Amino acid sequence: MTLDVAKLRGDFPILARTVRGGRPLVYLDSGATSQRPRQVLDAERSFLEQHNAAVHRGAHQLAEEATDAYESARARIAAFVGADPGEVVFTKNATEGINLVAYAMGNAAGFPGAERFEIGPGDEIVVTGLEHHANLVPWQELCRRTGATLRWYGVTDEGRVNLGSLELTPNTKILAVSHQSNVLGTILPVAELTRRAHEVGALVLLDACQSVPHMPVNLGSLGVDFAVFSGHKMLGPSGVGVLYGRAELLAAMPPFLTGGSMIEMVRMEGSTYAPPPQRFEAGVPMTSQAVGLAAAVDYLGHIGMDVVAAHERELTALAIDGLSAVPGVRIVGPTDLVDRGGAVSFVVDGVHAHDVGQVLDDRGVAIRVGHHCAWPLHRRFGVAATVRASFHVYNTPDEVTALVEGVQAAREFFGV
Amino acid sequence: MQLEQMYQEIILDHYRTPHGSGLREPFDAESFQINPTCGDEITLRVRLDAGTVADVSYETLGCSISQASASVLTDLVVGRSVEDSLRILAAFQEMAQGRGQVTPDEDVLGDGVAFAGVAKYPARVKCALLGWMAFKDAVVRTERSEGGASSETADPKEATA
Repeated sequence: MTLDVAKLRGDFPILARTVRGGRPLVYLDSGATSQRPRQVLDAERSFLEQHNAAVHRGAHQLAEEATDAYESARARIAAFVGADPGEVVFTKNATEGINLVAYAMGNAAGFPGAERFEIGPGDEIVVTGLEHHANLVPWQELCRRTGATLRWYGVTDEGRVNLGSLELTPNTKILAVSHQSNVLGTILPVAELTRRAHEVGALVLLDACQSVPHMPVNLGSLGVDFAVFSGHKMLGPSGVGVLYGRAELLAAMPPFLTGGSMIEMVRMEGSTYAPPPQRFEAGVPMTSQAVGLAAAVDYLGHIGMDVVAAHERELTALAIDGLSAVPGVRIVGPTDLVDRGGAVSFVVDGVHAHDVGQVLDDRGVAIRVGHHCAWPLHRRFGVAATVRASFHVYNTPDEVTALVEGVQAAREFFGV
Repeated sequence: MQLEQMYQEIILDHYRTPHGSGLREPFDAESFQINPTCGDEITLRVRLDAGTVADVSYETLGCSISQASASVLTDLVVGRSVEDSLRILAAFQEMAQGRGQVTPDEDVLGDGVAFAGVAKYPARVKCALLGWMAFKDAVVRTERSEGGASSETADPKEATA
């Protein structure tokens, strides 16, 4: 379908509001969190008004309806990313999904059938230098707890992963990488990285937080072992994320959080656990959020992720061209569109990112400033903080123009 | 325009021409502070002389607000007794965290009153306070090192932990 952005914006009530003394909101911070269309808000409200109950327990009518809504959400979200419903675990966010795998690996010793997840001294965990803290700190902690060693691929000056900077070894237990950098916009060569990891028998975890919301992603055909993404970055609610795991792996993996819902049989002497995905969903799960996320994937699916990606690509090109033409602006990350998505981070010579952000905010333009939870990456590029504009399907070329004009205004305001 | 309320000319002047910047010897204590949300840093040294703040020197990596604030800090505390300097700090902090509801006393805060506009932007309050928190920490460190080692350097790793 062709995209009618003006019409589509009508689905997002928040985009009609004004900020800072009557200025129209120009929301360019979807990389942090995206806005939600009425269809998502309505789905949550309708679930809560008509069907709310604790899922997977109770036999009354509402409990049945709530469970059906929850499992239907799982199936639709699974289909959206090319997975089977049994391969989709609901978590509170992507961060929890990564921690789930990290803790499951840490818990593997002595868990029947979980030998392949065991990790200890001499083993290696490999990441890249461009990871979000969410895909770095849990692995640092797993290394600390188990005596394993963390290694990482370097990042080139252009903002690509330097594939020659590291060799995986038979000691590599897991390779955890971003699909798309939340700072640079770089899309990583996942197929090649996965091939290398599988060659040495390592697992692959993909942080798909910045890819699933913005482009067609088929996790099954990518061949990764695990993947995570967040609801709130893909027009859905916060408080819900997804851990994808290949069925045979989830079936063998020990649980992370334990308690109600995730058990098979409980005796005072010990317990056995439910098959996945329930094994990884202890306690009463979030429900309206899952229903809302399913409405979001329906919404995105109706537009078509290839259409979303093409639209964002156009905005990214405009932003790179417009910002590059402003004197003193340096884009951190690729300045072409090859294997690149729509996060555009930059610095302005002589004006700190915070100050650029303040001028933009004064003009109604909402962007992100700081290190965007990728501090080591910022150090790699010798900057403390950057300004980041990020897009979603509801953004317009005029909004990119407002960004570029705001950056020019910041230079003028600070006299550089 | 709201922007001018925050970036008052006094702030921009201090930012463009910071007072007392650069790290100097000798010093009694040093503090390294970091704003974890944005990565901005300050290293600040304090030298005391018989209960008086004899010198404050610093190096910052940060926005205009944090740099101007450190510059104003040196103007306000150097030459004052430690007790007075901590009173000024408390007044500055109260204003900065007051969400714009606290009317600052110019007799106490001097150029510091210019930061009243920053108090209306919660996300920037930490920027305005970064240098002041480093000063407070450095003063505490001088007290801790009294009678012991003559100077103590903050370990950046400790400060960020």
